[in-house]
Amino acid sequence: MRRVAITGIGAVTPLGVGAPALHERWAAGESGIEDGLGRCSDFDPTDHLTRRQVRRTDRFTHLALAAAAEAISGAGLDEAPYDRAEIGCVMGTGIGGLSTIESEHINLRENGQGKVSPHCVPQMMANSAAGALAIQHELRGQCFGTVSACAAGAHAVGTAARMVSYGDAVAVVAGGAESAITPLAMAAFAEMGATSPSGISRPFDRRRDGFVMGEGAGVLVLEDAETAELRGAPILGYLTGYGATADAHHMTAPEPSGEGAARAIRKALADAEIEPGAVAYVNAHGTSTPLNDRSETEALKTALGEQATRIPTSSTKSAIGHLLGAAGAVEAIATLQALRAKQAPPTVNYEEPDEGLDLDYVPGEAKALPLNGHPAIGISNSFGFGGHNAVLCIEAAS
Amino acid sequence: MTTATKDQLTERVISALVEFGEEPENVKPDSRFEDLDIDSLDLVELAQVIEDEYGVEIQDKDMDQIATVQDVVEFVSARQS
Repeated sequence: MRRVAITGIGAVTPLGVGAPALHERWAAGESGIEDGLGRCSDFDPTDHLTRRQVRRTDRFTHLALAAAAEAISGAGLDEAPYDRAEIGCVMGTGIGGLSTIESEHINLRENGQGKVSPHCVPQMMANSAAGALAIQHELRGQCFGTVSACAAGAHAVGTAARMVSYGDAVAVVAGGAESAITPLAMAAFAEMGATSPSGISRPFDRRRDGFVMGEGAGVLVLEDAETAELRGAPILGYLTGYGATADAHHMTAPEPSGEGAARAIRKALADAEIEPGAVAYVNAHGTSTPLNDRSETEALKTALGEQATRIPTSSTKSAIGHLLGAAGAVEAIATLQALRAKQAPPTVNYEEPDEGLDLDYVPGEAKALPLNGHPAIGISNSFGFGGHNAVLCIEAAS
Repeated sequence: MTTATKDQLTERVISALVEFGEEPENVKPDSRFEDLDIDSLDLVELAQVIEDEYGVEIQDKDMDQIATVQDVVEFVSARQS
C-alpha cells in the first residue's frame, strides 16, 4: 500500500475565498453565518472562471472549480511530471445543480418544453463538478462523483485515498461542493425540522435547534507520497486512514447509540494503524441538530473509550454552517489546518453544556492540541442522511 | 415577430454568441462554429433564441447545412414571413 500525501488544499466557504481564510477566521472564533445562512458572499465566480464557464455550469461547480484551482496550484499539480491518465478526480455533492433544477423547472412550467435550456442536464447532474474539474485540469484517470448527502465529501476523499494507495492513480483531485441555499431546499429542510429556527449554529450546546444551511467547496490533492517527494511537491500532511459504514436504521435519524458511527471511527483508526490515544484532535460532524450531536458524542465515547473526554473536539459547522456534500471535504481541510497549527479551533457559540454531552468541545477560543511531542493526528467525522458514516484520519507533516 | 434585415440578424446572432461566452472580437459573419468555442448545445440555444425572436424554427436536420454565422442569417432570412 502506498502512503497518501496531501499536497494541495483549496476551499471556498462562508468564511471567505481560499483555504487560509477558513482556518484563520475559524481559529479566531469568527463565524461566516449571516442572517441564519452560510453563504459564500465574498465569492464572485467571474473572478475565477471564464464567462463561458460561469454561464454553462451551476454554482456548485463554480465553487468546485475555484477551490480546485487553489488546491492544484498549491500542489503544483499542473506542472507535475505525471501522465495525466494517472490522475483521478472524485467530487462529492449532496444534491448537485439544485438551483439549475429549480430554475429550469419553473422555466418548463411557464414556457414549455421547447424553452428548457440545452445546458440544463450538464449543469444539474451531480457528477458535473467532477467532469468540469477533469476538463479544466486535464485529469484523465478515474473520475466520478460521490453522492451520500452530508458524507459525500468525506466519501470522495476516502475513496480517492484508496485509489492512490492501491496505485490506481498517482494523484487524485478530491473534494466536495454544494450550493443548495435555494427556495425548495430551504423549505424542505425546514419542514422536516432539520434546520435551525433560530438561525444559530451551536453544536453540542443545550440550546441547539438544528443546522444552518451553508454552501461552498473544498478540494484536496492526494498524491502517492513517494512520487510527491521525488517531484518536490509541498507535503502538507497525510491521509492515513478511512473508515465507512452504514447505520441501516432510519433514512434521516442517526442510530441513537452511534454504533454505526463508532464502527466507522474504529475502522479509520485501524486503517491508520493507531490507537485512540494517538488522536490529538477530533473534527466533529457536529451539525447542531439535537439528534446528531448526542449520537455523535456517544459514538466518540464508544470508539475512543476513556480517551474521548481528553481529546479536543470541535465543529467547523459552528463557523460556516452545514455545507452538506461539501462538508466532509472542507472539514478534512480544516482538520489538516488545525493539526498543522497544533491548535483546535473553537466550537463557536458553545456556551451551555447539555446533559450527557460531556466531551471537550473547545468552548470560547482555540486551544493547543495535547501533542507532547507526538505527531499531530486527527480524525474528521461525516455522517449523512441515508445512514452513511465516513471518517477520515489525517496526520500533519512534521 | 419582427421581420429583420440580414444586418440585424447578423448583429443578433453575433450578440447571442458573445452572450454564450465568445469574445466579441472573435465573432465575424464568416466565423465557423467549429473554429469558435461553440458546440451543439450552444447551437440548440441559438435556435431557441431565433425561434423566440423571429418565429423561425431551426430543426436538428437543418443544422447540417449551418456551419457559420452567415449560414444562420441566410437560413432565417429565407424563412421569415
